[in-house]
Amino acid sequence: MARITAAVTTSHVPAIGAALDNGKTQEPYWQKVFAGYAKSKEWIAEQKPDVVILVYNDHATAFSLDIVPTFAIGCAASFQPADEGWGPRPVPVVEGHPALATHIAHSVIQQDFDLTIVNKMDVDHGLTVPLSVMFGQPEAWPVKVIPVAVNVVLYPVPSGARCLALGRAIRKAVESFDEDLNVQIWGTGGMSHQLQGPRAGLINKEWDNRFLDRFVNDPVGLSEVPHIEYVREAGSEGIELVMWLIARGALNAQVKPIHRFYHVPASNTAVGHLILENT
Amino acid sequence: MALDKPYADVPGTTIFDAEQAQKGYHLNMFAMSLMKAPNRDRFRADNRAYLDEWPMTENQKEAVLARDYNRMIASGGNIYFLAKIFSCDGQSFQQGAASMTGMTQEQYAQMMLNGGRSPEGNRYVGEKK
Repeated sequence: MARITAAVTTSHVPAIGAALDNGKTQEPYWQKVFAGYAKSKEWIAEQKPDVVILVYNDHATAFSLDIVPTFAIGCAASFQPADEGWGPRPVPVVEGHPALATHIAHSVIQQDFDLTIVNKMDVDHGLTVPLSVMFGQPEAWPVKVIPVAVNVVLYPVPSGARCLALGRAIRKAVESFDEDLNVQIWGTGGMSHQLQGPRAGLINKEWDNRFLDRFVNDPVGLSEVPHIEYVREAGSEGIELVMWLIARGALNAQVKPIHRFYHVPASNTAVGHLILENT
Repeated sequence: MALDKPYADVPGTTIFDAEQAQKGYHLNMFAMSLMKAPNRDRFRADNRAYLDEWPMTENQKEAVLARDYNRMIASGGNIYFLAKIFSCDGQSFQQGAASMTGMTQEQYAQMMLNGGRSPEGNRYVGEKK
Protein backbone atom coordinates (compact mmCIF):
# COMPACT_ATOMS: atom_id res chain seq x y z
CA MET A 1 0.00 0.00 0.00
CA ALA A 2 1.00 3.62 -0.34
CA ARG A 3 2.30 5.34 2.77
CA ILE A 4 3.22 8.86 3.86
CA THR A 5 6.80 8.67 5.12
CA ALA A 6 7.72 12.28 5.75
CA ALA A 7 6.70 15.91 5.63
CA VAL A 8 8.71 18.81 4.28
CA THR A 9 7.68 22.38 5.02
CA THR A 10 9.23 25.39 3.39
CA SER A 11 8.66 28.99 2.39
CA HIS A 12 8.04 29.48 -1.33
CA VAL A 13 9.31 33.04 -1.88
CA PRO A 14 9.38 33.84 -5.63
CA ALA A 15 12.74 35.64 -5.32
CA ILE A 16 14.35 32.35 -4.23
CA GLY A 17 13.28 30.82 -7.54
CA ALA A 18 14.48 33.88 -9.43
CA ALA A 19 17.88 33.69 -7.66
CA LEU A 20 18.25 30.08 -8.82
CA ASP A 21 16.97 30.74 -12.34
CA ASN A 22 19.31 33.73 -12.75
CA GLY A 23 22.43 32.01 -11.39
CA LYS A 24 22.68 34.09 -8.20
CA THR A 25 22.94 31.22 -5.70
CA GLN A 26 26.60 32.02 -4.96
CA GLU A 27 25.91 35.64 -4.04
CA PRO A 28 26.33 36.08 -0.26
CA TYR A 29 22.69 37.18 0.16
CA TRP A 30 21.37 34.00 -1.45
CA GLN A 31 24.11 31.63 -0.25
CA LYS A 32 22.68 32.05 3.24
CA VAL A 33 19.28 30.88 2.00
CA PHE A 34 20.42 27.94 -0.13
CA ALA A 35 22.83 26.71 2.56
CA GLY A 36 19.77 25.86 4.64
CA TYR A 37 18.66 23.34 2.02
CA ALA A 38 22.00 21.55 1.46
CA LYS A 39 21.18 18.83 3.98
CA SER A 40 17.63 18.60 2.60
CA LYS A 41 18.89 17.81 -0.89
CA GLU A 42 21.06 15.00 0.44
CA TRP A 43 18.18 13.66 2.50
CA ILE A 44 15.71 13.61 -0.35
CA ALA A 45 18.23 11.95 -2.69
CA GLU A 46 18.31 9.08 -0.18
CA GLN A 47 14.57 9.02 0.42
CA LYS A 48 13.61 8.89 -3.26
CA PRO A 49 9.89 9.60 -2.82
CA ASP A 50 7.64 8.40 -5.64
CA VAL A 51 5.03 11.10 -5.13
CA VAL A 52 4.87 14.45 -3.35
CA ILE A 53 1.51 15.83 -2.30
CA LEU A 54 2.41 19.50 -2.51
CA VAL A 55 0.23 21.86 -0.50
CA TYR A 56 0.60 25.45 -1.68
CA ASN A 57 -1.46 28.45 -2.60
CA ASP A 58 -2.12 29.83 -6.01
CA HIS A 59 -1.17 33.52 -6.19
CA ALA A 60 -3.82 34.81 -8.59
CA THR A 61 -2.42 32.57 -11.32
CA ALA A 62 -4.65 29.56 -12.07
CA PHE A 63 -7.58 30.95 -10.10
CA SER A 64 -8.77 34.45 -10.86
CA LEU A 65 -11.50 36.15 -8.87
CA ASP A 66 -14.01 34.30 -11.07
CA ILE A 67 -13.66 31.10 -9.05
CA VAL A 68 -11.95 30.81 -5.65
CA PRO A 69 -11.90 27.22 -4.34
CA THR A 70 -10.96 26.80 -0.68
CA PHE A 71 -9.30 23.41 -1.23
CA ALA A 72 -8.49 22.13 -4.73
CA ILE A 73 -6.64 18.99 -5.86
CA GLY A 74 -4.84 18.72 -9.19
CA CYS A 75 -5.71 15.45 -10.93
CA ALA A 76 -4.07 16.17 -14.30
CA ALA A 77 -1.23 14.17 -15.88
CA SER A 78 0.92 17.30 -16.02
CA PHE A 79 0.97 20.95 -14.98
CA GLN A 80 2.76 23.73 -16.85
CA PRO A 81 4.85 26.34 -14.98
CA ALA A 82 2.83 29.56 -15.20
CA ASP A 83 3.66 32.93 -16.70
CA GLU A 84 3.07 35.14 -13.65
CA GLY A 85 3.83 38.37 -15.43
CA TRP A 86 7.56 38.01 -16.10
CA GLY A 87 7.46 34.85 -18.27
CA PRO A 88 7.31 31.23 -17.04
CA ARG A 89 10.14 29.98 -14.79
CA PRO A 90 12.63 27.88 -16.77
CA VAL A 91 11.81 24.71 -14.82
CA PRO A 92 10.59 21.28 -15.95
CA VAL A 93 6.93 20.51 -16.52
CA VAL A 94 5.39 19.11 -13.32
CA GLU A 95 4.21 15.52 -13.80
CA GLY A 96 1.12 14.59 -11.84
CA HIS A 97 -0.16 11.24 -10.54
CA PRO A 98 -3.76 11.12 -11.79
CA ALA A 99 -4.52 7.68 -10.32
CA LEU A 100 -3.50 8.57 -6.77
CA ALA A 101 -4.90 12.10 -7.04
CA THR A 102 -8.35 10.92 -8.07
CA HIS A 103 -8.22 8.24 -5.38
CA ILE A 104 -7.44 10.91 -2.77
CA ALA A 105 -10.20 13.18 -4.10
CA HIS A 106 -12.74 10.34 -3.92
CA SER A 107 -11.72 9.26 -0.42
CA VAL A 108 -11.35 12.75 1.05
CA ILE A 109 -14.72 13.93 -0.27
CA GLN A 110 -16.28 10.87 1.32
CA GLN A 111 -14.62 11.96 4.56
CA ASP A 112 -16.58 15.24 4.32
CA PHE A 113 -13.93 17.49 2.77
CA ASP A 114 -15.50 19.02 -0.32
CA LEU A 115 -12.42 19.30 -2.51
CA THR A 116 -12.58 21.01 -5.87
CA ILE A 117 -11.20 18.75 -8.60
CA VAL A 118 -8.94 20.48 -11.11
CA ASN A 119 -8.10 18.71 -14.36
CA LYS A 120 -6.22 21.55 -15.99
CA MET A 121 -4.17 24.31 -14.38
CA ASP A 122 -0.81 26.04 -14.53
CA VAL A 123 1.27 26.07 -11.36
CA ASP A 124 3.02 29.16 -10.03
CA HIS A 125 6.02 29.84 -7.78
CA GLY A 126 4.08 28.55 -4.77
CA LEU A 127 4.52 25.04 -6.17
CA THR A 128 7.73 25.27 -8.23
CA VAL A 129 9.99 27.10 -5.73
CA PRO A 130 9.70 24.29 -3.14
CA LEU A 131 10.63 21.76 -5.86
CA SER A 132 13.63 23.93 -6.78
CA VAL A 133 14.99 24.26 -3.24
CA MET A 134 14.68 20.52 -2.64
CA PHE A 135 15.84 19.22 -6.04
CA GLY A 136 17.92 22.02 -7.57
CA GLN A 137 17.85 22.29 -11.35
CA PRO A 138 17.28 18.80 -12.82
CA GLU A 139 16.27 18.09 -16.44
CA ALA A 140 13.04 16.59 -15.11
CA TRP A 141 11.59 16.60 -11.59
CA PRO A 142 12.42 13.23 -10.00
CA VAL A 143 8.93 12.83 -8.46
CA LYS A 144 5.32 12.89 -9.44
CA VAL A 145 3.48 15.79 -7.82
CA ILE A 146 -0.12 16.09 -6.68
CA PRO A 147 -0.89 19.79 -6.21
CA VAL A 148 -3.24 20.70 -3.37
CA ALA A 149 -4.11 24.37 -3.68
CA VAL A 150 -5.50 26.20 -0.64
CA ASN A 151 -7.14 29.61 -0.70
CA VAL A 152 -5.14 31.87 1.60
CA VAL A 153 -5.63 35.00 -0.53
CA LEU A 154 -9.33 35.82 -0.13
CA TYR A 155 -10.33 36.08 3.52
CA PRO A 156 -11.59 34.07 5.35
CA VAL A 157 -9.15 31.26 4.67
CA PRO A 158 -9.65 27.80 6.19
CA SER A 159 -8.85 27.47 9.90
CA GLY A 160 -5.76 25.72 11.22
CA ALA A 161 -7.95 23.03 12.73
CA ARG A 162 -9.64 22.40 9.38
CA CYS A 163 -6.23 22.16 7.70
CA LEU A 164 -4.94 19.69 10.29
CA ALA A 165 -8.06 17.56 9.81
CA LEU A 166 -7.65 17.62 6.03
CA GLY A 167 -4.12 16.29 6.49
CA ARG A 168 -5.51 13.39 8.49
CA ALA A 169 -8.08 12.66 5.80
CA ILE A 170 -5.40 12.74 3.08
CA ARG A 171 -3.31 10.26 5.04
CA LYS A 172 -6.24 7.88 5.34
CA ALA A 173 -6.83 8.21 1.61
CA VAL A 174 -3.19 7.50 0.74
CA GLU A 175 -3.09 4.45 2.99
CA SER A 176 -6.08 2.98 1.16
CA PHE A 177 -4.28 3.13 -2.22
CA ASP A 178 -3.14 -0.37 -3.20
CA GLU A 179 0.08 0.41 -5.08
CA ASP A 180 3.30 0.50 -3.03
CA LEU A 181 4.31 4.14 -3.12
CA ASN A 182 6.62 6.24 -0.98
CA VAL A 183 4.61 9.44 -0.58
CA GLN A 184 5.71 12.68 1.04
CA ILE A 185 3.50 15.62 1.90
CA TRP A 186 4.88 19.13 1.71
CA GLY A 187 3.36 22.21 3.31
CA THR A 188 4.57 25.50 1.90
CA GLY A 189 4.37 29.25 2.34
CA GLY A 190 5.25 31.67 5.14
CA MET A 191 6.85 32.35 7.44
CA SER A 192 6.15 35.85 8.76
CA HIS A 193 5.78 38.40 5.97
CA GLN A 194 3.57 41.22 4.84
CA LEU A 195 3.67 42.40 1.24
CA GLN A 196 1.11 45.19 1.37
CA GLY A 197 0.44 48.56 2.90
CA PRO A 198 2.55 50.77 5.18
CA ARG A 199 3.21 47.77 7.48
CA ALA A 200 4.92 45.81 4.65
CA GLY A 201 8.16 44.15 5.73
CA LEU A 202 6.86 42.86 9.06
CA ILE A 203 8.94 39.98 10.44
CA ASN A 204 8.45 38.24 13.79
CA LYS A 205 11.31 35.88 14.59
CA GLU A 206 10.03 34.96 18.05
CA TRP A 207 6.57 34.07 16.80
CA ASP A 208 8.00 32.11 13.84
CA ASN A 209 10.30 30.07 16.04
CA ARG A 210 7.52 29.32 18.47
CA PHE A 211 5.47 28.17 15.47
CA LEU A 212 8.31 25.84 14.42
CA ASP A 213 8.52 24.39 17.96
CA ARG A 214 4.79 23.85 18.27
CA PHE A 215 4.52 22.49 14.74
CA VAL A 216 6.72 19.58 15.82
CA ASN A 217 5.51 19.08 19.40
CA ASP A 218 2.03 20.57 19.73
CA PRO A 219 0.26 20.56 16.35
CA VAL A 220 -3.22 20.32 17.85
CA GLY A 221 -2.64 23.35 20.08
CA LEU A 222 -1.08 25.22 17.19
CA SER A 223 -4.07 24.46 14.98
CA GLU A 224 -6.28 26.42 17.38
CA VAL A 225 -4.42 29.70 16.79
CA PRO A 226 -7.00 32.08 15.27
CA HIS A 227 -6.45 33.86 11.96
CA ILE A 228 -6.21 37.25 13.63
CA GLU A 229 -3.11 36.15 15.53
CA TYR A 230 -1.36 35.22 12.27
CA VAL A 231 -2.26 38.61 10.78
CA ARG A 232 -1.24 40.63 13.81
CA GLU A 233 1.92 38.72 14.70
CA ALA A 234 3.16 37.27 11.40
CA GLY A 235 1.84 39.77 8.84
CA SER A 236 -1.11 39.64 6.48
CA GLU A 237 0.64 37.12 4.22
CA GLY A 238 1.94 35.10 7.18
CA ILE A 239 -1.47 33.45 7.17
CA GLU A 240 -0.06 31.11 4.51
CA LEU A 241 1.35 29.11 7.43
CA VAL A 242 -2.03 27.42 8.02
CA MET A 243 -1.15 25.30 4.98
CA TRP A 244 1.75 23.71 6.85
CA LEU A 245 -0.83 22.13 9.18
CA ILE A 246 -2.21 20.00 6.33
CA ALA A 247 1.21 18.36 6.05
CA ARG A 248 1.43 17.98 9.83
CA GLY A 249 -2.00 16.36 10.03
CA ALA A 250 -0.83 13.63 7.66
CA LEU A 251 1.89 12.54 10.10
CA ASN A 252 1.80 10.76 13.45
CA ALA A 253 1.44 12.77 16.65
CA GLN A 254 5.06 11.86 17.45
CA VAL A 255 7.50 12.54 14.64
CA LYS A 256 11.25 12.41 14.11
CA PRO A 257 12.68 15.88 13.35
CA ILE A 258 15.38 15.60 10.69
CA HIS A 259 16.15 19.21 9.84
CA ARG A 260 15.23 22.76 10.83
CA PHE A 261 16.27 26.02 9.15
CA TYR A 262 15.24 29.62 9.74
CA HIS A 263 16.63 32.71 8.06
CA VAL A 264 15.72 36.37 7.58
CA PRO A 265 15.38 37.73 4.95
CA ALA A 266 14.60 36.42 1.50
CA SER A 267 13.23 39.53 -0.17
CA ASN A 268 10.26 40.45 2.11
CA THR A 269 10.01 37.17 3.95
CA ALA A 270 11.29 35.03 6.81
CA VAL A 271 12.35 31.64 5.44
CA GLY A 272 11.41 28.59 7.50
CA HIS A 273 12.00 24.96 6.66
CA LEU A 274 11.44 21.66 8.47
CA ILE A 275 11.80 18.00 7.61
CA LEU A 276 9.89 15.54 9.78
CA GLU A 277 9.81 11.78 9.34
CA ASN A 278 6.95 9.57 10.40
CA THR A 279 8.20 7.27 13.12
CA MET B 1 -25.90 40.47 12.20
CA ALA B 2 -22.56 41.99 11.25
CA LEU B 3 -19.82 39.63 10.14
CA ASP B 4 -16.86 39.09 12.44
CA LYS B 5 -13.98 41.23 11.13
CA PRO B 6 -11.44 41.35 13.94
CA TYR B 7 -8.72 42.67 11.61
CA ALA B 8 -9.92 46.25 11.20
CA ASP B 9 -7.55 47.53 13.90
CA VAL B 10 -4.31 46.15 12.44
CA PRO B 11 -2.30 49.21 11.41
CA GLY B 12 -1.18 49.71 7.81
CA THR B 13 -2.99 46.58 6.69
CA THR B 14 -6.03 45.90 4.50
CA ILE B 15 -7.42 42.38 4.65
CA PHE B 16 -8.70 41.24 1.27
CA ASP B 17 -12.10 39.89 2.22
CA ALA B 18 -15.21 39.29 0.14
CA GLU B 19 -16.28 42.93 0.48
CA GLN B 20 -12.91 44.20 -0.82
CA ALA B 21 -12.96 41.56 -3.56
CA GLN B 22 -16.33 42.83 -4.70
CA LYS B 23 -15.05 46.41 -4.92
CA GLY B 24 -11.87 45.36 -6.66
CA TYR B 25 -13.13 42.71 -9.05
CA HIS B 26 -12.40 44.57 -12.30
CA LEU B 27 -9.18 46.14 -11.00
CA ASN B 28 -7.85 42.71 -10.06
CA MET B 29 -9.02 41.09 -13.28
CA PHE B 30 -7.32 43.86 -15.28
CA ALA B 31 -4.09 43.21 -13.35
CA MET B 32 -4.36 39.49 -13.98
CA SER B 33 -4.76 40.07 -17.73
CA LEU B 34 -1.10 41.17 -17.69
CA MET B 35 -0.04 37.53 -17.33
CA LYS B 36 -0.34 37.33 -21.12
CA ALA B 37 2.58 38.82 -23.05
CA PRO B 38 0.45 40.42 -25.81
CA ASN B 39 -1.62 42.21 -23.14
CA ARG B 40 1.55 43.45 -21.43
CA ASP B 41 2.69 44.88 -24.76
CA ARG B 42 -0.60 46.71 -25.30
CA PHE B 43 -0.63 48.02 -21.72
CA ARG B 44 2.97 49.25 -21.99
CA ALA B 45 2.21 50.96 -25.30
CA ASP B 46 -0.68 52.97 -23.84
CA ASN B 47 -1.61 52.51 -20.17
CA ARG B 48 -4.70 54.69 -20.34
CA ALA B 49 -6.15 53.14 -23.49
CA TYR B 50 -5.70 49.65 -22.06
CA LEU B 51 -7.27 50.63 -18.73
CA ASP B 52 -10.24 52.13 -20.55
CA GLU B 53 -11.10 48.67 -21.88
CA TRP B 54 -11.99 47.67 -18.29
CA PRO B 55 -15.10 48.71 -16.34
CA MET B 56 -13.01 50.08 -13.46
CA THR B 57 -13.73 53.25 -11.50
CA GLU B 58 -11.84 56.40 -12.45
CA ASN B 59 -10.24 56.31 -9.01
CA GLN B 60 -8.90 52.80 -9.68
CA LYS B 61 -7.57 53.80 -13.09
CA GLU B 62 -5.82 56.86 -11.67
CA ALA B 63 -4.29 54.74 -8.92
CA VAL B 64 -2.88 52.36 -11.55
CA LEU B 65 -1.54 55.22 -13.69
CA ALA B 66 0.18 56.66 -10.59
CA ARG B 67 1.37 53.15 -9.56
CA ASP B 68 -0.04 54.02 -6.14
CA TYR B 69 -0.41 50.54 -4.68
CA ASN B 70 -1.87 51.71 -1.36
CA ARG B 71 -4.64 53.48 -3.27
CA MET B 72 -5.21 50.41 -5.43
CA ILE B 73 -5.51 48.24 -2.29
CA ALA B 74 -7.90 50.72 -0.68
CA SER B 75 -10.12 50.44 -3.76
CA GLY B 76 -10.25 46.65 -3.64
CA GLY B 77 -6.93 45.51 -5.08
CA ASN B 78 -5.13 42.46 -3.75
CA ILE B 79 -1.36 42.33 -3.74
CA TYR B 80 -1.08 39.02 -5.63
CA PHE B 81 -3.19 40.43 -8.46
CA LEU B 82 -1.48 43.82 -8.36
CA ALA B 83 1.87 42.03 -8.53
CA LYS B 84 1.21 41.46 -12.22
CA ILE B 85 1.40 45.25 -12.69
CA PHE B 86 4.78 45.74 -11.02
CA SER B 87 6.07 42.55 -12.68
CA CYS B 88 5.03 44.02 -16.01
CA ASP B 89 7.03 47.13 -15.03
CA GLY B 90 10.06 44.91 -14.39
CA GLN B 91 9.90 45.41 -10.62
CA SER B 92 10.38 42.77 -7.93
CA PHE B 93 8.06 42.00 -5.03
CA GLN B 94 10.50 43.84 -2.80
CA GLN B 95 10.30 46.97 -4.94
CA GLY B 96 6.51 46.70 -5.06
CA ALA B 97 6.24 46.27 -1.29
CA ALA B 98 8.74 49.05 -0.55
CA SER B 99 6.70 51.51 -2.60
CA MET B 100 3.83 51.21 -0.11
CA THR B 101 5.86 52.00 3.00
CA GLY B 102 7.02 55.56 2.39
CA MET B 103 10.61 54.30 2.38
CA THR B 104 13.02 54.22 -0.53
CA GLN B 105 13.82 50.82 -2.00
CA GLU B 106 17.32 51.06 -0.43
CA GLN B 107 15.95 51.91 3.03
CA TYR B 108 13.43 49.09 2.80
CA ALA B 109 16.03 46.54 1.64
CA GLN B 110 18.26 47.58 4.55
CA MET B 111 15.37 47.22 7.01
CA MET B 112 14.84 43.66 5.74
CA LEU B 113 18.56 42.88 6.09
CA ASN B 114 18.35 44.19 9.65
CA GLY B 115 15.63 41.63 10.43
CA GLY B 116 12.52 43.31 9.04
CA ARG B 117 9.89 45.57 10.55
CA SER B 118 9.40 44.75 14.22
CA PRO B 119 5.91 43.79 15.37
CA GLU B 120 6.50 46.00 18.45
CA GLY B 121 4.14 48.95 18.20
CA ASN B 122 2.67 47.57 14.97
CA ARG B 123 -0.01 45.24 16.27
CA TYR B 124 -2.88 47.64 16.98
CA VAL B 125 -3.95 51.00 15.57
CA GLY B 126 -2.97 53.71 18.03
CA GLU B 127 -0.60 51.48 19.96
CA LYS B 128 2.32 53.28 21.59
CA LYS B 129 5.59 52.53 19.82
